[in-house]
Amino acid sequence: MFKTLIQSVKIATTSLLSNKIQSFLTMLGIVIGVASVIVIMSIGSGVQSLILSEIKNLGTNLIAVIPGHGDDEDPFASMGGFAVTTLTYDDAVALRNKQDVPNVIAVAAYSRGFGTAEWKSETYSTSLTGTTASHIDVMGGELKEGRFFNSEEENRFSRVAVLGNDVRDELFGQSDSVGQKIKVNDYTFDVIGVMEERGVVIMEDYDDQIFIPIKTAQRMMGVNYVGFIRIKVNSEEDIPQTEEDVKAILRERHNINDRSGGKDDFMVKNTAEALDMITEITDSLRYFLAIMAAMSLVVGGIGIMNIMFISVTERTREVGLRKALGAKNFHVLGQFLVEAIFVTLIGGIIGIIFGVAISFFITIGAHLLGYEWDFIISLGSVVLALVVSSGVGLFFGFYPAFKASKLNPIKALRYE
Amino acid sequence: MSLIEVKNLKRTFEDGVKTYALKDTSFVIEKGEFVAIMGPSGSGKSTLMHILGLLDRASGGKFIFNGKDVSKLDDNELASLRNEEIGFVFQSFNLLQRTTVLDNVILPLIYSDNKINAKKRAEEVLESVGLSHRLDHYTNQISGGEKQRVAIARALVNKASVIFADEPTGNLDSKSGAQIMKILQRLNDDGNTIILVTHETYTAECAKRILKMKDGELVSDEKVVNRRKVNVEDVIK
Repeated sequence: MFKTLIQSVKIATTSLLSNKIQSFLTMLGIVIGVASVIVIMSIGSGVQSLILSEIKNLGTNLIAVIPGHGDDEDPFASMGGFAVTTLTYDDAVALRNKQDVPNVIAVAAYSRGFGTAEWKSETYSTSLTGTTASHIDVMGGELKEGRFFNSEEENRFSRVAVLGNDVRDELFGQSDSVGQKIKVNDYTFDVIGVMEERGVVIMEDYDDQIFIPIKTAQRMMGVNYVGFIRIKVNSEEDIPQTEEDVKAILRERHNINDRSGGKDDFMVKNTAEALDMITEITDSLRYFLAIMAAMSLVVGGIGIMNIMFISVTERTREVGLRKALGAKNFHVLGQFLVEAIFVTLIGGIIGIIFGVAISFFITIGAHLLGYEWDFIISLGSVVLALVVSSGVGLFFGFYPAFKASKLNPIKALRYE
Repeated sequence: MSLIEVKNLKRTFEDGVKTYALKDTSFVIEKGEFVAIMGPSGSGKSTLMHILGLLDRASGGKFIFNGKDVSKLDDNELASLRNEEIGFVFQSFNLLQRTTVLDNVILPLIYSDNKINAKKRAEEVLESVGLSHRLDHYTNQISGGEKQRVAIARALVNKASVIFADEPTGNLDSKSGAQIMKILQRLNDDGNTIILVTHETYTAECAKRILKMKDGELVSDEKVVNRRKVNVEDVIK
């Protein structure tokens, strides 16, 4: 048996080498398929690690309170409805009470919109983030120039603005910004600070925002509710207790008697949950894309079938001879199957090498662009690629090989 | 025990109409014989050889090969029997391309359960046909006569009970053809059974017995009276 296998590999090599271009083109389909699977799996893992590390950088001790009621099975149910108005500034203030919520460090409320900022002849449209003075305590961030607004300015409806770094560059260029007056949606604001460059954190560009006191923002937008509240607690272990405290306070404030949570007009989420959710989403996205890429392997497989038919036809006389000399059906079947698997396996190995190389260059590129991108090639994806590619060879090579094994030796010997 | 015993052997082909390629043929071939099967094309000699060589099955009649009733064997058993008992030499050589002389001769041993040293055995038989100097040559690098000698070596490598030679000189010039016939005669002298299919009287007369076929029937079965002993030098002149 082993002798037959070695012989089959030898025959396969000779036959592949004698049809170099055909073999190469056939292999190319497998190479591309396998390389795409590897690259997609790797990019997926990279993006995942990037998002997760960003969330972890923010700290896993954050709780978010969003308005509206959603089922646990459907975390996005409330996102469709824009004007969910059940959370207020006073809710946020109440949550700061150390007696009711002992583990709280800071609470920030947010009310967001869009604004067009003007300075002299420059105009720039950007996100307008109305927030509390406690924003930096909760979400972090450094000031490059000037200062952030304080709670006094927050309560006095002051028109002061802290600019994201990109906004500053767009409006002021080389000029000084702190101390200047700008117009946002036709209201005049004093620029009191500029945030240090921070980049995109979880799909939110911190450099492309203008931060203003939340009460000022509410008045400008003519609303009396807040978009969401973020709470920073002592440590991750305190999250479950704090969530219960937060729910109790909000139910009391909103006159909700149902303690089961069935009638809540708000949702409490923590970063650990968000981590799980994002992992789940990116995982399914990653596998979906990998399956799409694997489809190209099926196309490659049809190529294999084609070249195997050519190979069988070209070697009909050889099959006849082998049978005359005593080859049994399974010897012939084995010979052609080994050949098919050989092509796909070599294609698979080359594909893995290409895939890993491409993933590596993508990692280098991402690092050059300043992303904390991990170079991840899972053993699973390599094994998967190898198993799938040789499986493709086995599957698509079987029919031509089976046909060859059933050839009648006399007819095969006489084949011209 | 006879090597080959056929009785009322029939072979019909159905392709819309029923044609009789072989009708009620009976004869016996003993071990050590050198038999030529002669006849014009369409006489059924190739069909007969295919059945005797276990490449094809008879439609009727009895065929006892080396004491075994082969009609009861399945395809794989026939393949094993071909591998162990039968050597083939074809008109068009049928060597593997892009393969060395040595590997071509080893080929039947790949499908054999024999635990012998394949390379050593192949070198032995190649030496016996005078090709020791060509072991590592590829089959496209040697002459037609040499190719047929490789084929003979391949037929010998498994120590077959019988060698079938189907028009072995048909594609060769007269000198190479004579060399092949000389080798076959020598093998027969050494005790090998040889069955030769040919349409040339000259070639057939190298055998010891001639079976003549016509229209699917055996029309004569005679011993060769003046057996031709091949002398290569004669042919060159």
